[in-house]
Amino acid sequence: MSRVTLDAVRKVYPNGFEAVKPCSFRIEDGEFLVLVGPSGCGKSTLLRMIAGLEDITTGDLSIGDRVVNHVDPADRDIAMVFQNYALYPHMTVRGNIGYGLKNRRTPRAQIDAKVDEAARMLNLVDYLDRKPAQLSGGQRQRVAMGRAIVRDPALFLFDEPLSNLDAKLRNQMRIEIKALQRRLGVTSIYVTHDQVEAMTMADRIVVLNGGVIEQIGTPAQIYHSPASTFVASFMGAPPMNLMTAEVADHGLHLGDGAPVIAAPNGYRGPVTMGIRPEDVRVGTGAAQFDVTLVEELGAHRLLHGALAGQPFTAHVLKDVAITPGTHAVDLPAGALTLFHPETGARL
Amino acid sequence: MADLTQTAARTETLRPRAPRIRWATVFDHAILIAGAALMIVPLLVMLQMTTIPDAQVMQHGPSLELGDRFWANLRKALFESMSFSGETTGLTMFRNSMILGLGFALGKIAVAMMAAYGIVYFRLRFATFAFWLIFTTLLLPLEVRIVPSYEITQKLGLLNSWTGLIVPLIASATATFFFRQFFMSVPEELVEAARIDGAGPVRFFIDILVPLSRTMIAAMFIIMFVFGWNQYLWPTMVSTEEGKVTLVQGIKQITQSLEGNHIPEYGRSNVLALLAVLPPVLVVLFFQRWFVKGLTESDK
Repeated sequence: MSRVTLDAVRKVYPNGFEAVKPCSFRIEDGEFLVLVGPSGCGKSTLLRMIAGLEDITTGDLSIGDRVVNHVDPADRDIAMVFQNYALYPHMTVRGNIGYGLKNRRTPRAQIDAKVDEAARMLNLVDYLDRKPAQLSGGQRQRVAMGRAIVRDPALFLFDEPLSNLDAKLRNQMRIEIKALQRRLGVTSIYVTHDQVEAMTMADRIVVLNGGVIEQIGTPAQIYHSPASTFVASFMGAPPMNLMTAEVADHGLHLGDGAPVIAAPNGYRGPVTMGIRPEDVRVGTGAAQFDVTLVEELGAHRLLHGALAGQPFTAHVLKDVAITPGTHAVDLPAGALTLFHPETGARL
Repeated sequence: MADLTQTAARTETLRPRAPRIRWATVFDHAILIAGAALMIVPLLVMLQMTTIPDAQVMQHGPSLELGDRFWANLRKALFESMSFSGETTGLTMFRNSMILGLGFALGKIAVAMMAAYGIVYFRLRFATFAFWLIFTTLLLPLEVRIVPSYEITQKLGLLNSWTGLIVPLIASATATFFFRQFFMSVPEELVEAARIDGAGPVRFFIDILVPLSRTMIAAMFIIMFVFGWNQYLWPTMVSTEEGKVTLVQGIKQITQSLEGNHIPEYGRSNVLALLAVLPPVLVVLFFQRWFVKGLTESDK
């Protein structure tokens, strides 16, 4: 089966920069795994190591049961979709999609049949004789997809494939890619810096920061129980509110204010307290929220301001009319996540 | 009301007006036309001289008269030998020039492309150094190194051979430089996509890089063909065989061999000169279309 296993895979560039610190995880057969993180976090390097375009400094990479560290990219049974599509500009769509098969000495008739099938799947039948320059961005993206699926590989690799498209097309292609992957059932690794793409497409997400895996989990796990302040602030738009607070015996303080809630069991001392904007209850409660700006988003509103002197954002539905000013808010105990104030790890 | 005034304004702008003369454009064209006329005058004079008897040129100097000798001169230039061995007709010289032009153009393009491919795409230890070494040879044109070049060619026993005429000059720093710059502008992702598609170094070169470079190849072909076609010094040095005389050498030979008591065969040599101009002009005209096409629809 096409299970991918990374065992302490590490990348150090010749100049001594450690782009990826030892990483170990496993991608199950048919799974859609998203690598997400800010630029320079090592996600693309990790993907390129899996593709075989970068050497692995130490550690083992296996696809299926085979260690492929020193296997040529062409022989790893993978297909990759690039950010800039990387279509061959002088070849027609048909030529582009069939090129990989041609290099593998597939009989002509079989190439044509497979290209036609892929083109049907991607709505490219009418464009098979065009050159990439005559296609729109979305169509080029589809050709790049076609080049990947026609080879029927064990593993799809996507390197930020949607970042060159406009927002509307991106949403549409996101759904198409996901649906296609479901239908084909091919194990996929998808790199993006867009947390919305990560949340919507992934079966599981790997959040990377500075070459280190911050958390691996399903989108729901990542969103609702972030392992660190980094994950909490990176995933979700607007991000989780992170505030310095202190847990004392009689309750949790925000700054100098009164205890917000009863003290949770266990930890005592300074903490970073996190709460998602949509978990904040506006209108009741002990804390005072100074709203300075209301962002109208149609289905809901975002309230920006300060709580106990620290920046704070709350999310209310469209039927809750709020004007700038001071409002009472409640921070439900069940919605709070506490992090270590220095390491940022969840307590 | 507002609508009405708007339509009124629009009809006014649409009313036919006397076409305004843009003097700047007229001036530009005047300069260009004057330049073009100036350039073509020598060619026209040559053409005129091929139509009159040679003696008339000696007697009257330049004239505007058109005679009836053009076809006779053309026939003489193309088919009549001008040497003892009988091998040096216009046609054979034309063929020889063509071999040199094509040999230089194709050879230089092939060698330069492969050199640039090696420098850009392979992890060579001294790639940059090697490139600059090649580049500095631009400072050493043929005229500077002609004696050692001749000596090497002679010691290799390549005198009087096509190999000796073409191969010693086949390396081109200019073309290598241009191809290097072009290859460096080809996106890295194309290489990676090709690697994943199972294309090895040779396949990538032939299937992707060569077709992508076709506009660059066309440009280099123009330059290198004209360079090879116009070679005079090197063929004169390396080849003494009459069967390998090129057009450019041939023109010189006519005026040279017919000095003395004879009247120089102006008509014949001018036909040859026109013949020598023609292929480079055609090459430029033909590849220019490609060149412009490639530049406008470029999408790398």
